[in-house]
Amino acid sequence: MKSSMHINQNLSQRLGFSLLSLVMLITVIPILAVIVYIILQGAPAISWEFLSGFPRDGMRQGGILPAIVGTFYLTLGTAIFSVPLGIAAAIYLAEYARENVVTRLIRIAIINLAGIPSVVYGLFGLGLFVFFLKFGTSLLAASLTLSIMTLPVIISAAEEALRAVPQAFRTVSISLGGTRWQTIRRIVLPQALPGIITGVILGLERAAGETAPILFTGAAFFLPRLPNSPFDATMALPYHLFVISTQVPEMPFQIQYGTALVLIAFVLGMNLIATVIRSRARAKRQW
Amino acid sequence: MNKLIIQNLSLQYSDGTESLRDISLNIPSNAITVLFGPAGGGKSSLLRCLNRLNDLTEVRVVSGKVLLEGENILDPNTDVIALRRKVGMVFARPVVLPLTIRGNLTYGLELAGEQRKSRLDEAVERSLKLAALWDEVKERLGEPGIALSGGQQQRLCLARVLANQPEVILLDEPTSGLDPLSTAKVEEALQVLKQDYTIVLVPHSVQQAARTADYAAFFLQGELVEWAEGKEIFTNPQNKRTEDYVEGRFG
Repeated sequence: MKSSMHINQNLSQRLGFSLLSLVMLITVIPILAVIVYIILQGAPAISWEFLSGFPRDGMRQGGILPAIVGTFYLTLGTAIFSVPLGIAAAIYLAEYARENVVTRLIRIAIINLAGIPSVVYGLFGLGLFVFFLKFGTSLLAASLTLSIMTLPVIISAAEEALRAVPQAFRTVSISLGGTRWQTIRRIVLPQALPGIITGVILGLERAAGETAPILFTGAAFFLPRLPNSPFDATMALPYHLFVISTQVPEMPFQIQYGTALVLIAFVLGMNLIATVIRSRARAKRQW
Repeated sequence: MNKLIIQNLSLQYSDGTESLRDISLNIPSNAITVLFGPAGGGKSSLLRCLNRLNDLTEVRVVSGKVLLEGENILDPNTDVIALRRKVGMVFARPVVLPLTIRGNLTYGLELAGEQRKSRLDEAVERSLKLAALWDEVKERLGEPGIALSGGQQQRLCLARVLANQPEVILLDEPTSGLDPLSTAKVEEALQVLKQDYTIVLVPHSVQQAARTADYAAFFLQGELVEWAEGKEIFTNPQNKRTEDYVEGRFG
């Protein structure tokens, strides 16, 4: 009796384990399939000219440099606005705000901001930055729109990273005559930094891949040069991909997949950096 | 001479329950005053009031004064930063800051704006010697503080407080996690330190209280039952409850 129960438990454990492995495979396979497929289709298009040249012949030939540079500028612009603001907001929420109705409202707002569809951000940016503030369809307006979209991600990740730093460090620092701000700057922030950077990169990575928010606010259908001021419109990889996939007749397949490959490499590259930072910090962490 | 004079101090938690009821107690300078009694007696709350660390916690002052050389430190206008440099605290669990051994020791001075390397070096050596840790770590000051053993970490925490050149040292069960050998080292260090500092110790056992106390105060459920010279309290207590606790009949 006892031994048969033993076998049963063993069997059900193995069954459960196999089931979980299967589920994991089902989730991983599509991701791998997409990446492998895009690499196979897109790799032949990748050449020095493709990466460093301007589009020619109605974008059917030549390179995608303006889109690559545009996406880089947009990501950078988004970082300039959203990173300081996001980290400051997280410091306020984690270190200074008292738990009361106002704080709770702020938190609810942040959570809901994260759930708003990106096209709505696009419309909002069009109204506020392009028309009301008269920035026009520009890098600046698009970066600001992407910043608003990215902020909730950065705030949540940074707040979590700050809260993960043991409370005892703060108590000790203050007991040694530190002010609250000295404690944050010298102890809490350095300890939370890897977590904050990871959150920042993940937020920016999403911004880099978005089409809808920049559609009305800064993206150019075709621009045969690089943007030369923040008030210039710009090409961008995701929007360029949309354009050459749907708006240009007789578009060579290879260029579409090549563009997708560059975009994916850009985003996954950022992801890789985040992963490296996180694992390094974990190995060095002293608590 | 009394370094600290506590007058009619009452504390409560933010939920309204009482922590300490109408405590009056003198803490003489250049001596070890021990606050002892069963858990929940309000000893730690009192200790935290003495350098206003209770500002960070749930404990509120209801009434009373704490005079440090005549100044009421519970006054809202007190410069708490200056107070905490003057009245340092060692906690039950050694909390080593995520810095090097040296970084831990210079932390308080750097917060106060001290940047001269010679001053910092001097403070590191002096405080480590006082905490009886110098010989063990002088070759490895650049290593992370966390690399030290538990007993060394606690002496590092003591040294870190000493580097600030305080006048009063508060210790909240500083040896509760340590082995007997490390405990003895900390207690020895305290015996030397009391010549120059005022020490307030919440011990982790009655035995430690008896070993270390120049003066002792017995706390029970928020009440100060009795305080006197250590010899007096542990050999000839006036109050029956003190006697019962000291002799191990409850606790």
